[in-house]
Formats: sequence, C-alpha cells, structure tokens
Amino acid sequence: MALLDTIGDERAKELNFISMLYFIKGQGSRLVQVKALEGRYPFYGEIETTPAIAVKSLARGNNTLIDKTVMLQFNARPGDSVKLGNINFVIGGYLDNAPGQTGVTAMVTPIVYIPMQYLAQTGLAQEGSRINYFYYYKFNKAADLTATLKKIRPLLEKEGIEFETVASKKQSIGRSFEDLNRFLSLSGFVALLLGCIGVGSAIHVYVREKLAAISTLRCLGVKAWEAFFIYLIQITFIGMLGAVAGSALGTCIQFLLPLILKDILPVAFTMQISWMAILQGVITGILISVLFALPSLLSVRNISPLNAIRLSFEESKTRFEPLKLLVYLIIFLFVLGFTYLQMNSWLQAMVFTGGILVAILIFYGVSVLLLWLVRKILPASAGYAWRQGFSNLYRPNNQTLMLIVAIGLSTALIATLYFLQGILISRVSLSSGKSQANIIVFDIQTDQEKAVVGLTKGFKLPVMKQVPVVTMRFDEINGRSASQAALADSVEKHGERGKRGEKPAEEDQGPRESSSRAFKSEIRATYEYQLTSTEELTSGKWVGRVKSASDTVYVSLDERYAERLNVKVGDKIRFNVQGTLIPTVVGSLRKVNWATAQTNFRVVFPEGVLEEAPQFHVLMTRVPDAGISAKFQAAVVRNFPNVTVIDMGLLLKLLDELLGKISFVIRFMASFSMITGWIVLVSAVRSSKNQRLREIVLLRTMGARGNQILAITAIEYLFLGALSAATGILIALAASSALAQLSFGAVFVPPLLPVLILFVGITMVVVITGMLGSRSVLHQSPLEVLRKDS
Amino acid sequence: METILNIKEVSKHYESAGSALTILDNISFSIQKGSTVSITGPSGSGKTTLLGLCAGLDRSSAGSIELNTIVLDKLSEDERAAVRNRYVGFIFQNFQLLPTLTALENIMVPLELRGEKDIRPRAMELLDKVGLSARAGHYPVQLSGGEQQRVSLARAFSNTPAILFADEPTGNLDGETSEKVIKLLFDLNKEAGTTLIIVTHDLDLASRTDRIIRLKGGVIIADEQKTYA
Repeated sequence: MALLDTIGDERAKELNFISMLYFIKGQGSRLVQVKALEGRYPFYGEIETTPAIAVKSLARGNNTLIDKTVMLQFNARPGDSVKLGNINFVIGGYLDNAPGQTGVTAMVTPIVYIPMQYLAQTGLAQEGSRINYFYYYKFNKAADLTATLKKIRPLLEKEGIEFETVASKKQSIGRSFEDLNRFLSLSGFVALLLGCIGVGSAIHVYVREKLAAISTLRCLGVKAWEAFFIYLIQITFIGMLGAVAGSALGTCIQFLLPLILKDILPVAFTMQISWMAILQGVITGILISVLFALPSLLSVRNISPLNAIRLSFEESKTRFEPLKLLVYLIIFLFVLGFTYLQMNSWLQAMVFTGGILVAILIFYGVSVLLLWLVRKILPASAGYAWRQGFSNLYRPNNQTLMLIVAIGLSTALIATLYFLQGILISRVSLSSGKSQANIIVFDIQTDQEKAVVGLTKGFKLPVMKQVPVVTMRFDEINGRSASQAALADSVEKHGERGKRGEKPAEEDQGPRESSSRAFKSEIRATYEYQLTSTEELTSGKWVGRVKSASDTVYVSLDERYAERLNVKVGDKIRFNVQGTLIPTVVGSLRKVNWATAQTNFRVVFPEGVLEEAPQFHVLMTRVPDAGISAKFQAAVVRNFPNVTVIDMGLLLKLLDELLGKISFVIRFMASFSMITGWIVLVSAVRSSKNQRLREIVLLRTMGARGNQILAITAIEYLFLGALSAATGILIALAASSALAQLSFGAVFVPPLLPVLILFVGITMVVVITGMLGSRSVLHQSPLEVLRKDS
Repeated sequence: METILNIKEVSKHYESAGSALTILDNISFSIQKGSTVSITGPSGSGKTTLLGLCAGLDRSSAGSIELNTIVLDKLSEDERAAVRNRYVGFIFQNFQLLPTLTALENIMVPLELRGEKDIRPRAMELLDKVGLSARAGHYPVQLSGGEQQRVSLARAFSNTPAILFADEPTGNLDGETSEKVIKLLFDLNKEAGTTLIIVTHDLDLASRTDRIIRLKGGVIIADEQKTYA
C-alpha cells in the first residue's frame, strides 16, 4: 500500500462498488455504481456535467454527481438530496458523460460520483464489502513510467494487482473493437458477394440479349476474341461507373454510422472522407464486375455467326471449357483472399468461403431437384395459369437458378442472424414465470435477517427463498497451496516459454483457470440440505448433512468450475473460511442452470458445517407490479442502508434494451445484404423484362385478360420466392443449430412463428417485386411490341 | 353478304420529335364474312398498322372500327382482349410461339384463355391436320421455321375464329416451305369458313385472295375485287 501512495508525479484514487441510491424527494431507489474520488481525476478526458461548473462541487463538501438518465427517471434536480448508505448527499449537477463510459454501461449501472472523504461515513465500505480499488498515476516523463513499471511489475504480480498503461488500454480497446469490426466487414462482404451474383446474373442476361448483335458482328468478320474484348471493355466501363457511384453512396452512408453506433462505442468520433478507401472500393468494384462477368463473356467467343441467321441459345452452352474452369477457380481464390483480409485467419476464411460454396451448391442442387420434381408432379389438369406460370421458369435464358441462389443466400444470411440473435437473447433472458422471484435482496446481515423478512411480509410479499452466503477462499487443492501453485504457474509461464524463446500469451490460458488465480478469487458458497431445482447431479453423491464434527465434509462443485480447476470427485480441497481452515472432499459435481432468476453457487456445502461462520443472507420475493416494487425497495434502503435490492424486472427490461441496440446494429448491417439481394432480384426482373414483354404481349394478342397475365406472373414469382425462401430458411436453421451447439453450447429450438413470417415475408417481397416489374407491360400497345419483334 | 369488318374514316398518327406523323389517313372499307383479302403495299405504307387496328391491338387516332358488329374504339384493353379471344386468330411472320410451351400446349393456349375444358383432343386434331402430331411434345426451339409456322397455323384456328389476320405469314420461310404453309392456310381457312386477311409483299400470295387492297403513304390507292368468270 505504501508503494501505491508514492509512485507517479500526480495521483488520483477511485473506489467503486455497486449500491442502492435513495432519492428522498422522489422516494425511489436505484442500483448504481458508486465511484468515490480523490485527487485530480481524470488525467485523460473530463467529467462532463450540467451545469459545467457542477464538477467542481465534488471538492466543496458532501455533494454528488448523478448520471443524467437516473436524474430524469426520478425527476431529481441539482440541489435535491439523495441517501447513500447512512448519509445524505446534495446533488451538484447532472452527470452527462464520464470518462470511458458507454451508453450501455450507463444503462445497466449508472454512475454516481462522491468525494472520497465521505465514503467512510456512508458505512458502505466495511469488512466484507466488495469494492474495486483504482489508483491513477500521471508520469511527467515517459522514461519514468518505463523505469517504474520495470521495478513494480513483479511486486504487483505477486500481490495479484492488475495494472494498465494508456498504451495498453488503447491496445485492449482496439482488440475489443476487432470483433465488431470483423462482424461489420463480414456483413458488408456478404452484401458484396450478393452483388457479385447480381453482376454475374445481369451480364448473363445482357450477353444472351446481345446474341443477335454479336453473331452479326461475327458475320461481318469480327474474330471471336475481338468480340470478347468489345464486350469486356464495355463491361469494365459500366463496372467503373457503378463502382464510382457505389463509393460515393458508401461515403455518404458512413456519415450515418456514428448515429447508429453511438450507444455502443465508448468514444465520440468524427468522420472524414477516406480517399484510399474510395480507391479500394472503385478497384474492387471494377475487379468484381470483370471477374463475375467473365464466365458469361467467355461464351461470347463461342457465338456462331450462324446465329445471325437462326438463333439457338442452346448451341453454345454445353461445351466444356478449361478457360471457364480457370475463371471459376480465380473467383474462388478471390473470395477466399478477400475473406482472409476480413478475418485474418486462413482457417476461418476457408470455413467461410467453403460454407458459401456449399450453400450455393445446396441452392443449386435443391433448385434443380425441386424444379425437376414439380415439372414431373404438376398435373396436366392443373389450371392454365399455374402451368403457364410454372413453365415460365424454364424460358430460354431464364434467371431461375441465379435468382434462387441470390434470394436464397440473402434469406439464409438474414434468417441466421435473426435466429442467432434469438439464441443470444434466450441465453440471457431470465424466467419471468409467475412462480419465479423477481426481486432479490442481498447483503442482509444475520442480525438483520428477521427484520428484513418481517418487512417483506409487511408488504404482503412472499418470502420465496432465503439463502445463506459464506465467503471463503481455497487454501489447498489436493495438497497444493497458493504459493506452490503460484510458483508452478510462474515456472510454466516464464521458465518453459523462456527456454523456447516464446513470449507469454494471455489467450494461451485456455478454459482452464491458472492455479494461482483460483486461489486469489473469493468464493461465495452456501450450505443446504437438498439441491434446488436448478441443480442437477452429474457425478458423485450428494450428502446433505454432516452429522458429527469428525465426519468428512463432502462438498459439491459446479461441473464447469471443477473442470476449470482440474478437480474431480474424490479430490481434496481445504477452504479458508475467513481464517478457519475446513478440509473437504469433492463429493459430487452438479450441472447448474445459471440462466434463472435464482441464487446459484459454484460451491455448495452440506448443512452442519458453516452455520457459525460469518455470513450474509439473500432473500427472494415476488412483487406484483412496479409500484409496489418501488415502495418495497425504498423501504428496504431506508431501513437497511447496507442491503442491496435488485429488481429483476428492471434488469430484464434494461437487458432487452441493450440487446435491442446490439441487434439493431446487426440488423442494420444485415439489411445491406437484404437490400443487395432485393436489388439483384429487381435487376434480374428488369433485365428479363424484354422476354417477359414478348410473352405477355403474345398472350394479350391471343386474348388474355389483365388478371390472367398478373396471375401467371404471380405464380411464377410465388414459386421462385417460396422455393428460395424455404431453402434459405432451411440452411439458416441448420447453420443456427450448428452454431448454437458448437459456439454457444445451447439447444436451438426453431421459432415457428418468426420462421413462418420470414418465409411469407420474403416470398411476398419477391412476388410483389416481380409483379410490379411486369405490370407496366400491360399498358403497352401489343402492336408496338410485335412490330419491334418482327 | 354479311359484313364482318367495317372500317370508317380511320386515321393513325404518332407523335415523333414534336411533330405528328401520319401512318394511316382516312381509311374506309368493309370486308364480307368468309372472304379472303390481302393488304399490300411498300414498306412503311401502314399495312401492319392497319392490321393491328383491325384486330383491336391498337387504337385509332380517328374513325371507327367495327369487328363482327362490335365497335372496338370504346372498349377497354381487357374487353378488346376478350373480343380477340372470341373472334380473332393471328399468324405472324416470325411465328410468335411461346418458347416455354410445347407445340401442343401452344395450340391449346387460346382455348385455355377462354377457360374451355377437354381441349387436348381438339388441339391434337389440329396438330395432326398440319402434319405435326409426332412433334406434339417438342418446344419451339426444337422445330424448324416451317414447322413453327405450321404450329402457329394450328394455334390460329384452334379457337375457330371468325376472322384470321396473317402478317407476312411466309416472310421468314423458303419458297418450298412457303408454298406448303400457304396451301395449308387456305385449306384450313376454306374448311373452317373463316374470313382471312393477309398482309403481304408477295404479289403471288396476294393474287390468291378474293380482294387486294393496295396501300401507299397511309392511304388506299387501289381496292381490287377478283372477278370470277
């Protein structure tokens, strides 16, 4: 401690902990993060308040600064009083922004600043209180910092004190944003891939429609490769125009991102135009246009001059071409390389690219199979509109498979994102059944227990559960003490690695907790006779009571915790229960369902051991509504300032809001892919408009009514949309199920209603887009089109 | 004899580059039921436009067109489509078969649009008449030009039209095939008693009809009725 008070040129100190804050005027209470400050805090950034001068009030007496959202929630104003623990503070002002705080953390545990000298009087910092100590130092010379760090690092490590510098903090923030950056890049990349499919599809139609012109050119003496280059130049130019327009649009959109991400990012940032990114975008755009156009463009070389006399689209499509195979290989390598640039891992890039390839193959296979099946199954007695609508899917130069892949792939992506979001939400959401507790009161001292129960019953609330909690540490695990474990860790970390010339790496720690770290952690255990409904015995035997002092104490451990400690049934553990050493044997392992509004423990003792140990209690109850909840919380805080009340309903609401914001970002990015998929659809519909126009006009000439034509069009797109959406959703279900099991260790139950809504929604979007594209044809004079065609 | 088509003072103008372009100017004639008529004239004389107006495929700028006692000018596009489906058959220079349907299905389309049932035997009968019963399941791309035009003929007669419009029916065919198709056209027409109107450059073909209307610059310059000795 002496060391901590002497280093650095300037020093500041922060003690932070979670507590209840009581608004005297509003008679309401709220769980907050109290930060007691001392010294010139902060050295970087500033505490922003309204009025701005309020920040100085902290130095003038028992004043406090409270997060503005909480102030607004309780309708509090500067000058009002709040009670924190045993004493009252005067609100100095609204806390608008605290250094390093994000909108998300402010929502869950809003910050309350108090001067350090009043902390003791609150009575909240006592023996057993859970308080985090932060010491901030400013070094005027960088060299001093390096020298000091070198000197104190072993001491801090020995004491288990963590430290970070501005440089390491920058690095760790960078690391946290790598994941978000990767996700955003990947979503953008999937949109890009869909765009590639769009380019390929549009060029395919374009080349087919130019068949006559190309064959005429060939008749006039243009060589095969010359014809190819004519169209290659054309496509490159069109690609360049598109890429420039896309880069301009992307630059505009990036200015919207800060508005969307403001609650998730801890820092405010300004946007500027990145010419390098624009250049990269334009080059990528041109590259994609050319690369994905090449398979169709290569066919140009094979267009026979004979086509000028008689068009036969089938003639040029069956030949095997090694050059085309090479182009497909280059496309694969391009996608793989681009994915690697986004993910920085060859394995992940291979899995992602392979996944996309498999998905495309599945779409292709399923489409071919289903089209073939329906063609076989569709009875000749089916209505004319059905037969005509369906046969349109086979029209020459049709886009059916291309459209199914494009729509299906975007559906699969969107549905997977949606399902994963559902999995994440269900993992964190807590049971809200009527029999479940929704208020947890903890930190109840033994002498307060009866009074708190009395208060609860006074509000006519049920006492659903009372659990004792005893804090302790490991003293020995299988005969190995803390110091032996630390030495072993040190040898493993520095000695062995040092010999191999490797640097110690944090991520190498894996799922297993280092032995010394396990000894430093405080354990909160309980004792009980019977296991609760959220605990399931997976190995060993549960012994609910120790009959005499000489009996062996069999404890039960959470199976995952035991795995991390490398402990199994029969192993010996000696606990240090606040000075008293208690030898035990691991009698059983339990699978604990942590996702319930219930107190759960990693270590459970039988009855008859810890009853006399210093302990606090947790009480669980259920309040019928928010009004009673507020009154009950206020009464508890007023009468027992050290006791903390958590309203699970409020917590759930906050969690929902938080997840809502995250899922909004996910959906925002996913919507890019969706819009790309839709643009691909619209462009494909538009590019095949001439074919459709001729068919519709022909039907019109033969006497088809408008509604008959619309029905035929609707049926064609209904099949196209339904097939794509169904296949896409099936792939998403499979992918989500695999991800749920492999990544989240959860069981994925397909949400039937959202699946149905997604299916119907996407199908309808396809049908409506297709019909809108064909509607204009109905207003054209049949003669005009027939003349053009003759 | 009964009149099936009555054209009164029909004109057609298009807006082109800000000025009105007259395609047909004050055309009047009528056609008797069961007769065969050819409309001839040089390119740009307005032949196809006139055929389109007679069949209700487009609206005239002025004048009135009466088809089988129905005045087409006031009808909506859907109502005109219903008239075409009931009374009109078409044959086009470039066959205009639906590429996604087989030969047999193409012949069935006009009847399907009417909502008629059990049409397959009738379509097969027509396909047999044009000598293509063996190609019933073939798609248009699998047929030669002459075969496609024969399917087109069968389709034109499938709804037993009161009047049949043929726009350069042999324009895309060689001489030998043309002859076969024309013979088939006239035979089927005679058998069905349909009124036939042919737009053609081919004076040989025109000479086989009862009447020749010659157009030039959007006006009728001659209307010759064949006299039988």
